Amino acid sequence: MIIGEIPPPSGAFGVDALAMTMRFGDFLALDNVELKVRPGSFHALLGENGAGKSTLVKCIMGYYHATEGDILIGDRQQAISNPKDAHALGLGMVYQHFTLVPAMTVAENLVLARDDVPAVVDWSKEKRELEAFLARMPFKVPLNAKVSDISAGERQKCEILKQLYLKRRFLILDEPTSVLTPAEADEVLGMLRDMVVKGELTILMITHKFREVMAFADEVTILRRGKLAGQGKVAELTPDAMARTMIGAEELTVQPPRTGETGQARLELAKVRALDDAGAVAVHDVSLTVRAGEIVGIAGVSGNGQRQLVEVLAGQREAESGEIRVAGDPYHARREEMRRHKMSLLPEEPLKNACVGGMSVADNIAFREFDRAPFASLGWWLNRGAFRDDAKKKIAQYKIKTRTPETPISALSGGNVQRAVLARELGGDVEVLVAANPCFGLDFAAVAQIHAEIMAARNRGAAVLLVSEDLDELLELSDRLVVMFHGEFVYEARTSEADLTVVGRHMAGH
Amino acid sequence: MADGSIGLWTVPLAVFGGAIRVSTPFLFVSLGECITERSGRINLGLEGTLVMGAMSAYGISYLSGSPWLGVLAAGVTGALLGALHAGICSLPRVNDIAVGIALMLFGTGLAFYLGKPLIEPTAPRLPAIDFGWWSDIPQVRAALRINVMFLIGVALAPILYWAFRTTRWGLLIRTAGESSDAARAMGHSVLLIRLRATMVGGFLAGIGGSFLSLFYPGSWNEGLSSGQGITAVALVIFARWDPMLCLWASLAFGGAAALGPALQSVGVTSGYHLFNAAPYILTLAIMIITCSPKRTLTGAPAELSITR
Repeated sequence: MIIGEIPPPSGAFGVDALAMTMRFGDFLALDNVELKVRPGSFHALLGENGAGKSTLVKCIMGYYHATEGDILIGDRQQAISNPKDAHALGLGMVYQHFTLVPAMTVAENLVLARDDVPAVVDWSKEKRELEAFLARMPFKVPLNAKVSDISAGERQKCEILKQLYLKRRFLILDEPTSVLTPAEADEVLGMLRDMVVKGELTILMITHKFREVMAFADEVTILRRGKLAGQGKVAELTPDAMARTMIGAEELTVQPPRTGETGQARLELAKVRALDDAGAVAVHDVSLTVRAGEIVGIAGVSGNGQRQLVEVLAGQREAESGEIRVAGDPYHARREEMRRHKMSLLPEEPLKNACVGGMSVADNIAFREFDRAPFASLGWWLNRGAFRDDAKKKIAQYKIKTRTPETPISALSGGNVQRAVLARELGGDVEVLVAANPCFGLDFAAVAQIHAEIMAARNRGAAVLLVSEDLDELLELSDRLVVMFHGEFVYEARTSEADLTVVGRHMAGH
Repeated sequence: MADGSIGLWTVPLAVFGGAIRVSTPFLFVSLGECITERSGRINLGLEGTLVMGAMSAYGISYLSGSPWLGVLAAGVTGALLGALHAGICSLPRVNDIAVGIALMLFGTGLAFYLGKPLIEPTAPRLPAIDFGWWSDIPQVRAALRINVMFLIGVALAPILYWAFRTTRWGLLIRTAGESSDAARAMGHSVLLIRLRATMVGGFLAGIGGSFLSLFYPGSWNEGLSSGQGITAVALVIFARWDPMLCLWASLAFGGAAALGPALQSVGVTSGYHLFNAAPYILTLAIMIITCSPKRTLTGAPAELSITR
């Protein structure tokens, strides 16, 4: 049991985590969990948000020290006290949030990651070696490009290449395909799978996409609320069985069926152009019409101008040119216009974009109407009782888990913050709804509830613009699908007639 | 020309000479701050560091008789103040800007207190190299008396530019400044990197202070710095955190600061105070031209508290 001793000289090795228990104060994040990853296998780790997946892999990587339990690397017990120990043993992790430095080039990022960066870097020699390394790799990245200039897909490839460049032989991937198109995801996972089959690598992948588990993984371990809920060979399981194991007996909100007729044009964009923070054109003269009673989905890999488009609609960013009309009237994202046209917004990262974290749940729920009756008298005297009563009603109706209506909203979990925003935005009548990645990072129960609410708003006659990076969500909800690439709408189809391969190709810009 | 009068040529010549003399402290402080800010932290206390550097350089030079020992003492004092800033900022929930303002006041106050006995005596000054030996015109000779410190500063800018790209330390400082998550994921201590970067920044700012007391103006008094330290911090921002641009910005700033005295020397006395304000007008103009509410600063280290 010597730290730094490298188990097998080359090739894949296995990792076993036995009887892992992790306590954070009173909270039991892991309860006697077992994870056995065989050498040379592709292992999937499934579970809802907060099920303990991240905690488990962070214990393996030495970020956390498990309260109890043992970790076996290649059948040898190891005490991993920090990530450097894990790296020395050949373990590597690709995080959900990129750990590349955006302002640096790909080559700088790769060299920097090494433990033995020379005091003075000989760039011509390093680049020759990097090119020789890339020649052996299944995917390519532009070495001299700045990371901030390459696509999310290329960044993810970079992250994986970085681990391979560092000669890691056990890779942990945390939701590696969340920023990739389905085709890119298949490409990257397929190539990693080839390396696994050749015995060069063992992979443990955290995911919630059953499609990828079914296509690429050999075995699966499922966690639920910090406990081991199931494990087995993927070949012997179905997505349904895995989903049931993940969520247990919890009841999910049933989504209402699609009903009603499409009506008048409600939200019209004409040649809208917007810049990003660096001053480059992010939204390139896009035009779109959303009618009453339909959901128009905007698909696309993150970073193709969707965020800027939503910010323009939300009033967080000024459009450079173009015109937006709501129900025929010019729209400049003023509060008065939003109220008059019953416009609702579910922006991405709701805690940042739709809430004031330090203010109470009740205050946050009242934002839209706080200076009108019954919340205020004469437009300035606030009636706290009305805030509380309205909040209590909505907290019950939208199943928001909060201790009191006075709790600061930043103390709530991501799903409950989104429920509170949902209660505010969809609590009254809605004629136009703009939603951006409304379910990002939320658990099944919250996702089902949000999907049901969006569908119900549509059925009541709202025009819904749904921007999402999750193609499955768009296919499920939208009536029409538009693909956004490099700030332009490059493809449009009725969702029922959309061809997934064609959509994926347009998302990747082909 | 024989009488040494060169007419209106005095003005550009004096601006040139002034640019070199006045820019040196700007150059050292801004290069130092550039290192600190690239690591993801702002040290506003460099004004205090500058004054402390000036005081300690003068004192040590006076006591030891060697101005270079004074320069070293100023650097060490600066590094210690940098360590103090970084040390306080390492504590949780401490704002680097607030600490910087506190240290600015602390540094100047301490320097005034300790420097009281140094106002009277005369300390040995730093030598200058006479690049104007070929000319008979006194103004040319005066303008070309260039201090070694300026040459060191000019050499330092390209060295830093190179170091940020090709040395391990340069890459680590940039990583800490651009993404502390990335640095931590690689197993580096962000606090340690920033501590060192702030100390080096303080060292250079201290040296910049020594130039004030040991060369130009070349004495110690309480009105020695007219906010050069804090101006240099602003210089870094409009130099876009690039050491080479810091050099050009310092020169432009020094030249602008020399404009008032130069015009006065040829008899243009009206609006003297207005011309003395030239550097600040220049700052405002550049800030207004280069800023936009619609975009973030390009080149700004992502971890800086002003850009986050």
